[in-house]
Amino acid sequence: MFEFFKNTEVFKTLFGRESSGATARERLRLVLLSDHLALAPDVVDALKAELLEVIARYVDIDPEMAEVTFEQRERELAMLASVPIKSVRKDRPSAPAQRTANGRAHAPLNQPPRRRRRRRRPSPAAPPNGAPSDGTLLAPPGTFESSAQA
Amino acid sequence: MSARRIVVTSGKGGVGKTTTTANLGAALAKKGRRVVLVDTDIGLRNLDLVMGVEKRIVFDLVEVVEGRCQLRQALIRDKRFESLKILAAAQTRDKTAVSEEQMDKLMGELAKSNDYVIIDCPAGIEHGFRNAVAGAREAIVVTTPEVSAIRDADRVVGKLREREIPLQLIINRVRPEMVKAGEMMSIEDVGEILGADILGVIPDDEGVIDTTNRGEPLVLDETQKLAAIYGRIARRLEGEDLPLTDLDPPSVFSKFFTMWKAG
Repeated sequence: MFEFFKNTEVFKTLFGRESSGATARERLRLVLLSDHLALAPDVVDALKAELLEVIARYVDIDPEMAEVTFEQRERELAMLASVPIKSVRKDRPSAPAQRTANGRAHAPLNQPPRRRRRRRRPSPAAPPNGAPSDGTLLAPPGTFESSAQA
Repeated sequence: MSARRIVVTSGKGGVGKTTTTANLGAALAKKGRRVVLVDTDIGLRNLDLVMGVEKRIVFDLVEVVEGRCQLRQALIRDKRFESLKILAAAQTRDKTAVSEEQMDKLMGELAKSNDYVIIDCPAGIEHGFRNAVAGAREAIVVTTPEVSAIRDADRVVGKLREREIPLQLIINRVRPEMVKAGEMMSIEDVGEILGADILGVIPDDEGVIDTTNRGEPLVLDETQKLAAIYGRIARRLEGEDLPLTDLDPPSVFSKFFTMWKAG
């Protein structure tokens, strides 16, 4: 809890700004990265933003808590992304979702034809039974529907 | 046996290349090593002034290269350390007066009769830098814990790696109390950012200005706080397994405790 609070802007403003030593370190990391790659700092910012955007398409992330940093290893630079995932996205894009259909755990989410058939067939009592039995381990029935339509 | 040929470089000016060259050289000479310090900052020489030999220059590096004098005629013997010599840069010429090949040959010549050839490199990464580096087989990169110095040091580190010259860092003018307060980058931060081993850490100290004013290497005066630190760097350079100087300032509490014990 404290760890979380420590990183919030509220904490930073309440307890003074981030130390200038840490700011220097981060600014240098960024400027050296662009020196090494011959990329302008704003290009690096754009890279970070787009990276998070792509991740956010698949999983629900907390962009405020996401960290994309660069680290100087022995001889080369490494890009490290730490992105806290809140949950798997309910409205994943359809094209990549088909790819995950091969994955066993996600299979039931990506078989809309079969679901529709089953839904049409039974009496009004059936859906409550049918939907959960499809193995929606990842999301409640309501969100299950939307993911199938997506 | 041939000498170690070490270039002291930094990219940025004013971070302490010349002071480091002078004091590291003196510290090694104090240990009995045969050391020659070479100023390659043609047109902007200063090592002579820091070493206090500015009035004794007869011939300079360019005159040696141009064959106007013998190499031994241009070497200024230090009056305090028997085994320490200085080769001054030319003041009225420019960096293009010497080529990389000439510099390499000259340093090779000096290496024959010494244990250490320490080359004081000019600031920048142009002609003067290339010349100084051409004569060296290893490097010491001096930086301070400031963003501009580190960025420039990073450029130099890249250039040295292109040439496959092994390098170590000296982090100069560290202010431990500021590091502790988070207002200055730590030694670890600097080492990590530059991705290089640290040879030495030197705190900011008024003694440097005081001794430079007089043209005396600081290591000569045992009462100087930095004398022991340069001595330690010299030992680490020679391969001794010593930890880096611990710059942690004593806490207010421990100071009080010491005063109480003493009083």
